[in-house]
Amino acid sequence: MEAYFDNGATTRVFPQVKDIVIEAMEEEYGNPSSMHMKGVKAEQYVKDAREIIAKSLKVDPKEIVFTSGGTESNNMALIGTAMANARKGKHIISTRIEHASVYNPLFFLEENGYEITYLPVDEHGVVDLEALEKAIRPDTILVSVMYVNNEIGAVQPVEEIGKIVKKKNPDTLFHVDAIQAYGKYHIYPRRLKIDLLSVSGHKIHGPKGIGFLYIKDKTKVHPLILGGGQQKGMRSGTENVPGIAGLGKAVQLIYQDHEEKMKKIQAIKDDFIAQVMELSDVRNNSGEAPHIASISFQGVRSEVLLHALEEKGIYVSSGSACSSNKPAISGTLKAIGLTKEYYDSTLRFSFCIFNTKEEVDYTVNCLRELLPILRRFTRK
Amino acid sequence: MEFKAFLIKYAEIGIKGKNRYMFEDALIRQMKFALKEVGDFAIRKQAGRVFVEAKGEFDFDEAVSALQRVFGITGICPTIIEENKDFDHLAEVCCKFIDEQYPDKNRTFKVYGRRADKKYPMNSMEFSAEMGSRILDAFHELKVDVHHPDILLTVEIRDRVYIYSDILKGPGGMPIGTNGKAMLCLSGGIDSPVAGYMIAKRGVRIDATYFHAPPYTSERAKQKVVDLAKKVSRYAGPINLHVVNFTDIQLAIYEKCPHDELTIIMRRYMMKIAEHFAREGGSLALITGESIGQVASQTIHNLAITNEVCGMPVFRPCIGMDKQEIVDIAEQIDTYETSIQPFEDCCTIFVAKHPVTKGNLKIIKRSEEALKDVIDDLMKQAIESVEIIRVSE
Repeated sequence: MEAYFDNGATTRVFPQVKDIVIEAMEEEYGNPSSMHMKGVKAEQYVKDAREIIAKSLKVDPKEIVFTSGGTESNNMALIGTAMANARKGKHIISTRIEHASVYNPLFFLEENGYEITYLPVDEHGVVDLEALEKAIRPDTILVSVMYVNNEIGAVQPVEEIGKIVKKKNPDTLFHVDAIQAYGKYHIYPRRLKIDLLSVSGHKIHGPKGIGFLYIKDKTKVHPLILGGGQQKGMRSGTENVPGIAGLGKAVQLIYQDHEEKMKKIQAIKDDFIAQVMELSDVRNNSGEAPHIASISFQGVRSEVLLHALEEKGIYVSSGSACSSNKPAISGTLKAIGLTKEYYDSTLRFSFCIFNTKEEVDYTVNCLRELLPILRRFTRK
Repeated sequence: MEFKAFLIKYAEIGIKGKNRYMFEDALIRQMKFALKEVGDFAIRKQAGRVFVEAKGEFDFDEAVSALQRVFGITGICPTIIEENKDFDHLAEVCCKFIDEQYPDKNRTFKVYGRRADKKYPMNSMEFSAEMGSRILDAFHELKVDVHHPDILLTVEIRDRVYIYSDILKGPGGMPIGTNGKAMLCLSGGIDSPVAGYMIAKRGVRIDATYFHAPPYTSERAKQKVVDLAKKVSRYAGPINLHVVNFTDIQLAIYEKCPHDELTIIMRRYMMKIAEHFAREGGSLALITGESIGQVASQTIHNLAITNEVCGMPVFRPCIGMDKQEIVDIAEQIDTYETSIQPFEDCCTIFVAKHPVTKGNLKIIKRSEEALKDVIDDLMKQAIESVEIIRVSE
């Protein structure tokens, strides 16, 4: 049996996504900027996708900029905004549990004369709202918060954050990294007072190498990629038409019968956690997100358990897939106050609509069988 | 003026007596292999030397770096070939050669003429003197120094005329395939690829054995070793990499033997398994990256204990080297970056905090007694688990 429980890392594309990607590669392969029919037809894919996405967010299609994925969206939101608004101030607020694609641009800005405040989180990984309110100053140009944390699935009170930000300083922009949240929740930027929103295609059964940044109309953002002036100059380079078409299709499908889909994922997660918690010496670090379970297995190194599960056809992540290539300790697990014996023993199981109850049962059975063996052989 | 040929210099092959043709043939075979991707070249032996001549377009730097990976070559001379042997013409060519190759003329030089074509109207001495004076006439800043010239312009008059001055350093050593085969114990570390390279340099073909311990070591750790073998094979030629599953033996040792002896006992069984595959594949020796005192298992006491299980010679070319010296070679052969990727290997997963550093063979053997009921089966299973990957560039 195979159980792919690493949907927080990436997902399998919907079959219909694959079809439209192939179509856009083989049949309508024109350059959207070309003046002839081939170009017009290719452009139509981009327009359609833009409309589907805009509708899902209840925003205007012109507020969507396609990027190469979540990392580029976050880079553009942070660096592009900081550059365009430097005259208003050089203070930015973020949190202690962000993804590397937010941290590293922030470090870059810090080196270039910006001041960054990192807000603490509580033991559930939820940001301290009082600290936020205190941190906002007249020269705060941007607040950047992750909607759903990728390592434990903590969900931030985005609506309250938006209110606090705009009440304290209406000029401060609000960026949300929604890479793990879009497709799981209905996100309406206008209602939530969000000015910038980052999304990635391959987390929602779309292709890799495509994503978008929602930029509220009239928001000042400096483009990072300059060239032929595509996408109104906000992101030059010939549009990734197959990727964009695939992303549009994925968005359309993920928000179809959405409530039902999310109920299914939530049920899988709840079932998994309930069963896992029956095992001995485990700790549940999971947040509210419907698709992410973070479990610590005391006395077992996460890397070893990961490979042991791999041998059984079960694919999971240790901490977050994006940070586990480096031996560095997960920032999120540390930020929520996990002690050393736990954060070295934590696995992330992340689910999608393709997962089944059988896979959950099988996985828990494998864990029940493996844990005692692995605990017998530990580093002395 | 474009270099279309290389004169290849080699040192030790020249003194191998009756076996010389065998060494030269091996050298030519390896050169052909190395130049395969660079372009179309004719390689031939002529009067105790090897010439490489391009039959078409090629990238000069690419060709040189390919030749610099062929063991046995000590020097590579980029050469001009002239069909026209007329002296006045040759003088013109030589002056142009000097002018282009040495923009700064404030140097000393010497012309070394060699007349192999006895029909040529001048002898070697006359040729050298006359050519020297022509060059002096052309470039007044140049000075002649017959003992230690900055530029030694060699002109060989044979069926055609070969002109060269520069000697680029080759890797030295002996051509691969002239000295049998040996089995390299390849971990993912810095030392073992260097050890393999150093033995291959002496003309030895290489096979390799790698021990992995899933689930304690990952697929990536194994891929890293495949990548390292590939880097070594750029010099050593194709390598049969034996990947052996060592998990069960390791766990048995962990459970039944004193923890501080785990690494030594483990290494003894690894040597036995590597020796098994060495014999099976026709290798006559083992190669390891060990260096005295580098880690607990490589103290002179523990090396002796590990060595004891092995019935064939164990070559340890890094034995007297400091870590930095090994790193320098690893960087030179481009294995360093791969070696330092942080994947756990099977030597580190259960390592004791304070392993035995002065092991005693009698005590180790007594500890191994605890394994006697299971070890034969486990060894057999490990040997049967082997996956052989043929690695080549």
